[in-house]
Amino acid sequence: MAMQTQTANTLAQKIIGRAAGRAVAVGEVVTARVDLAMIHDSGGPRRVAPILQELGVGLWDSERVVLISDHFVPGDTEEGARILQLTRAWAAETGVAFHDGQGICHVVLPERGHLVPGMLVVGGDSHSPTGGAFGAYMFGIGATEMAGVLATGEIWLRVPGTILIEWRGALGSGLMAKDIMLALCGRLGMDGGKYQAVEYTGDTIAALSMQERMTLANMAAELGGQVGLIAPDAVTARYLAAAGAAPGDWTGLTTDPGADLLEHHLFEAATLAPQVAAPHSPANAGNAADADAAVDIAYIGACTGAKHADLAAAARILRGRRLAPGVELLVAPASRRDQDRAAADGIMAVFEVAGAKILPNACGICAGYGAHRLSADTTCISSTARNFKGRMGDPTAQVWLGSPLTVAASAVAGRIVDPRDMLAEAA
Amino acid sequence: MGRIFRLGDDVDTDQLAPGRYMRGGIEALAAHCLESVRPDFAPNARPGDIIVAGRNFGMGSSREQAAEALRHLGLAGVVAESFAGIFYRNAINLGLPVLTAPDLSAAEDGAEARLDPAGGRLVLAGEHSITLDPLPENLLPIIAAGGLVPFLKARFRREGAA
Repeated sequence: MAMQTQTANTLAQKIIGRAAGRAVAVGEVVTARVDLAMIHDSGGPRRVAPILQELGVGLWDSERVVLISDHFVPGDTEEGARILQLTRAWAAETGVAFHDGQGICHVVLPERGHLVPGMLVVGGDSHSPTGGAFGAYMFGIGATEMAGVLATGEIWLRVPGTILIEWRGALGSGLMAKDIMLALCGRLGMDGGKYQAVEYTGDTIAALSMQERMTLANMAAELGGQVGLIAPDAVTARYLAAAGAAPGDWTGLTTDPGADLLEHHLFEAATLAPQVAAPHSPANAGNAADADAAVDIAYIGACTGAKHADLAAAARILRGRRLAPGVELLVAPASRRDQDRAAADGIMAVFEVAGAKILPNACGICAGYGAHRLSADTTCISSTARNFKGRMGDPTAQVWLGSPLTVAASAVAGRIVDPRDMLAEAA
Repeated sequence: MGRIFRLGDDVDTDQLAPGRYMRGGIEALAAHCLESVRPDFAPNARPGDIIVAGRNFGMGSSREQAAEALRHLGLAGVVAESFAGIFYRNAINLGLPVLTAPDLSAAEDGAEARLDPAGGRLVLAGEHSITLDPLPENLLPIIAAGGLVPFLKARFRREGAA
């Protein structure tokens, strides 16, 4: 079949086409050059180094590899300490950029200026779609495939169709990107993304800060998309300039009007209320006001739920309030830099006064690591991305997901609540 | 012949490779594979057995131990209505056959069966077989080589010889 010259392309097609060195059509399988590979301490050196050794090759380009330690940080077990040591030795040996104990990879990578729009990036972690917030085609792969990328600088991919998710209207008070995402998980399901390119658009999205956009892109993983893209704009450019990255010419990095779409979903922000996802799936979403559950633990953590914007939101609720008796609030800021900013803003002091326990800048219990893993029969409200059974600790633990506002308000109430009443009182 | 283990939709990577057994390596992960949804699976799985599942098999994390645990148990492969993207890639890269078919209702739990990945068939006892969707052409050499590492080894050998 003769391929027609396409005049209208999707953002995904444009990025993949550049990386493949030619125009690409949806559905075809292409080999693309990788601009950047990100690995962490869990799936990184300890798993890829033996494979590279077996292949008898080194890194294809050490300047295009970024290593970030976040899973076994702070190395408080014998095994964790050993893995961190191995990670550090590999970094020294290879000379790759290495951010050690600086926070969660998906937050640290853009924060340190490694990402720019239009890049094709692979990450050794399933939440790698976070990079899509910056208009980079970034997706997660496993360790063996990562070893293949590190050896060759290439990866195969099927050019995806685009599922355009458009939100219109202003996001009301008490609502955050996490509410948008949980609502989407509920509406579209955990395979709604079909391993295609999810792209967020509309004036609701355009009005969001970069860190809120990162929450949307991150949780394209929960929708089952390969990537979660947002076309770069002035907000992106400002963030990148502050991070010391040269954004280059990002004009034209959009989905052209008239480009063929796989699906186009339209949502009105005015219809959205604060969301929670009941155990044990992000797709079990519903209005926070309808949840009827007492909580033991409130967790503000993870790449998707403890960035500076998330910490600031939680502090709006907690300022001048105390935790409900018996409730423990755990806060694990997503990066060292975000925690430092929050300390300078007075946000960390709010957590301390409220009686929160501050945990290391790491994946922590979201990924099932550390001493604070949930014990049997506890109920937790969490600002993280995933509440699969047993992920955060004991399989009998009940994990609900919500925005940082909802988590903080629930910690104060001792049960899951819609945060808007407390916000109204605070105002 | 192997036997069929039927599973539902949305089998996730925390069920396949529970995080709390990660420290025990692949032995421990394989021994506890799927224990939260199908406790009879890991103790009884034998080489040649086949998982037949619903939609979105392998959703969740990028940990490839999810596919590795199944390979470690000697499974002939997984047939599902659909797979989560990263799991699918990982399985191919580790040489674990993963195939899709729109209707798998004829494959009953506990039934004897044989998976024929190259022929695109799930052969049931008697004369029956279920036709599976053909594997993408570009992936056939990787599967034929037994996974990405042996595939790349052969490539580097060729390039080195050239």
